Amino acid sequence: MTSVDGPAVGPEKAFILRELTHKQPLIACRFAPAHPFVFATSEDRNVLRWDLNSASADPVAFSGHDGWVFALNFTDGGQSLLTGGADGVLTWWPLAADGPMPSRSIQAHGGWLRSIAVAADGHAIATAGNDRIVRLWSPSGEKLMELPGHERPIYSLAWGPDGTLVSGDLKGVVIEWDHRAGKEARRFDAAKLYKYEGGQGVDYGGVREMAFSADGKYLACAGLIEASNPLGAVSNPAVLLFDRAEGKENGPLLQRSKEDVKGVGWGLRFHPGGFIVLVAGGTGGGNLWFFKPGETNEFARFKLPNTARGLDLHADGLRVATTHHDGKLRITALHAKPA
Amino acid sequence: MKRCSHACGSAEHLTSRRQFLGTVAAGVGAASGLGTFVRPLVADELTRQERQVLVVWLAGGASQLETWDPKPGTDTGGPFRSIETSVPGTRISELMPLTAKQMHRIALVRGLNTKENDHGKGHYMMHTGRPQMPGVVYPHLGSIAAKYVTPETSPLPGYIHITPGGGGLSSADAAFLGPKYGALHLGNGQPPANTVRPASLNDLGASAREAVFQHANDRFAKRRRTAETEAYTSTFEQAKQLMARREVFDVTKEPERDFDRYGRHDFGRHCLLARRLLDAGVTFVQVTHSNYDTHNENFDFHLEQVGEFDQGFATLLEDLGASGRLQHTLVIVMSEFGRTPKINPWYGRDHWGNAWSIALAGVGITAGNVVGKTNANGTAVVDREVGAGHLFHTYMKALGLDTKESVDVNGQDFFLADPSATHIPELLA
Repeated sequence: MTSVDGPAVGPEKAFILRELTHKQPLIACRFAPAHPFVFATSEDRNVLRWDLNSASADPVAFSGHDGWVFALNFTDGGQSLLTGGADGVLTWWPLAADGPMPSRSIQAHGGWLRSIAVAADGHAIATAGNDRIVRLWSPSGEKLMELPGHERPIYSLAWGPDGTLVSGDLKGVVIEWDHRAGKEARRFDAAKLYKYEGGQGVDYGGVREMAFSADGKYLACAGLIEASNPLGAVSNPAVLLFDRAEGKENGPLLQRSKEDVKGVGWGLRFHPGGFIVLVAGGTGGGNLWFFKPGETNEFARFKLPNTARGLDLHADGLRVATTHHDGKLRITALHAKPA
Repeated sequence: MKRCSHACGSAEHLTSRRQFLGTVAAGVGAASGLGTFVRPLVADELTRQERQVLVVWLAGGASQLETWDPKPGTDTGGPFRSIETSVPGTRISELMPLTAKQMHRIALVRGLNTKENDHGKGHYMMHTGRPQMPGVVYPHLGSIAAKYVTPETSPLPGYIHITPGGGGLSSADAAFLGPKYGALHLGNGQPPANTVRPASLNDLGASAREAVFQHANDRFAKRRRTAETEAYTSTFEQAKQLMARREVFDVTKEPERDFDRYGRHDFGRHCLLARRLLDAGVTFVQVTHSNYDTHNENFDFHLEQVGEFDQGFATLLEDLGASGRLQHTLVIVMSEFGRTPKINPWYGRDHWGNAWSIALAGVGITAGNVVGKTNANGTAVVDREVGAGHLFHTYMKALGLDTKESVDVNGQDFFLADPSATHIPELLA
């Protein structure tokens, strides 16, 4: 496997390239597509921007949300940052500004806004959260459509390379939308990532994040299995991999670690090299797991120094960013250390 | 005033409930010695003034930061916001919008420091008002209410617990008060088991069986009356009453629209059953909502749990207020402890007894009041610190019970309320 341009990709030789530090625990992260920035959200309600080309460790804070920020994405050709979180507000920011102020904010959802996905061609922004409705917005913020259908909070959204939109919820219901017609196209059953624990009386799990393969053949869902004690953080991270060919909706491949390492699969990406990168965090610590389609167990694992919560893959295919409870954003290189 | 041991079987014991009533029964002292045969007029007056108790137990330890004492925007505040309530200046978590509208009926205790982080010990402390000590077990508030507030002639148990767990009778909570003041647990809100007479037994057969039983029982009691035999007789009598009034436990008899109002989930149904039981005259009803022991993903779990609590509890409180029943019903919302202000690596909060909150409403309580205060990020009590003993004294005062009462158990006095604590006067109307 090779990167887009640079050293050979080799997750087996991963190492931490850089650590960026904030004073509060971090939640989610994203590399900017058109600037040398990486963004992260924090438990202090701020969105933080670090310049990867700068030696300065001090981030620029984007302040304005009235609650934690769970979701980040980009629009306007990568010039605008989109954020959303516990206040249900979707906010646009000029991402390169020195003293960033929101350029637009809309009350997009009742309750938490958990996910923002932008279509590959940029024509639509999808948002979803606890109010169980997927909403589509124009790049400038006009509401285009509402897509009701989920019965539990929606955790994740993803656009496929062919313009397909999917949404996944707490109970593992994944809906593929015919968004042009405003209706469901079909469902995928990811209930293996959900559990009702009767003794504790709680629902747990859900589709924490989703990603399509570059050719659109596969849809990967991150989450957890074997939640024997949800309130006590006893579960194992997992990926549920769907082959989107017709008739295979209910036969996904469950991918999991060889060893019993406790945690939750918080995020995942399909690497251009065809494999899946999963980030997991929990009592088993923070880990990056690497799975190939068709294989049940990982072909590589990289242990992170602290429990992990969020993940993004850089467009160069050589770096992943992860967010951590210890307030650090770690950049891990997916190649061998230079000699 | 000293009480005899429950096992003594004296006439004084039979009147102890009435005698123990403080303000309520102040004029009933003359009835001492009359046992259960008080004059009908007095009995009616007492019935009208009867105190009742509703406890909502948030099992596992609900987070004070996601309920009664939010700290939004601080390092411990978590993702949620606070909202205005019907009491100007008092804000609670945004997870309780319906309860916020009932805040004028509620008093908050925000300075609670129980110094206890163990589930079992916290449970005991919050139900008895004392720390758990080896060698002695004190009765729970429910059993005290069953003994000292419930009329001797009540056809229903004095202490009923609606729980997600299993059902049945349990004497453990009654401690030295005696087994007949234990709890009747309604597992998942279901009626007590075996309360339907077998179809093979007709009215005539039932009457004949009853006569034989009564004769043998009376004969035995004249010579060998003990707490155990009394409890047996009482339980048998209560079982007959339960069979006759089985519909009291059947929540499906409630109007369909109320199931929507209370929420179509177990806790909503249990709150509706609690209303039905209180309406039927049950003295002490506890509803357990489970589970708040959120060491992991505290915020998602509280989102779900507190959402259920808010709908069921706020609707029940509104109904109790509208019907006037709140004027003689003490309402307590509590847990075994709160949860840590510090958020752990798994978005969880752990056990925390050092600075947390409970809510009260109803008879004897100054509605709309907030007593106690924590610091900016909720890590310590900074004003009017109280403990479980203070709360227990306050509950007893609100119910008109004498907090200085003791019970003689085999020659040793046991105070029902911890003598080292006192009530919280700011909470009492």
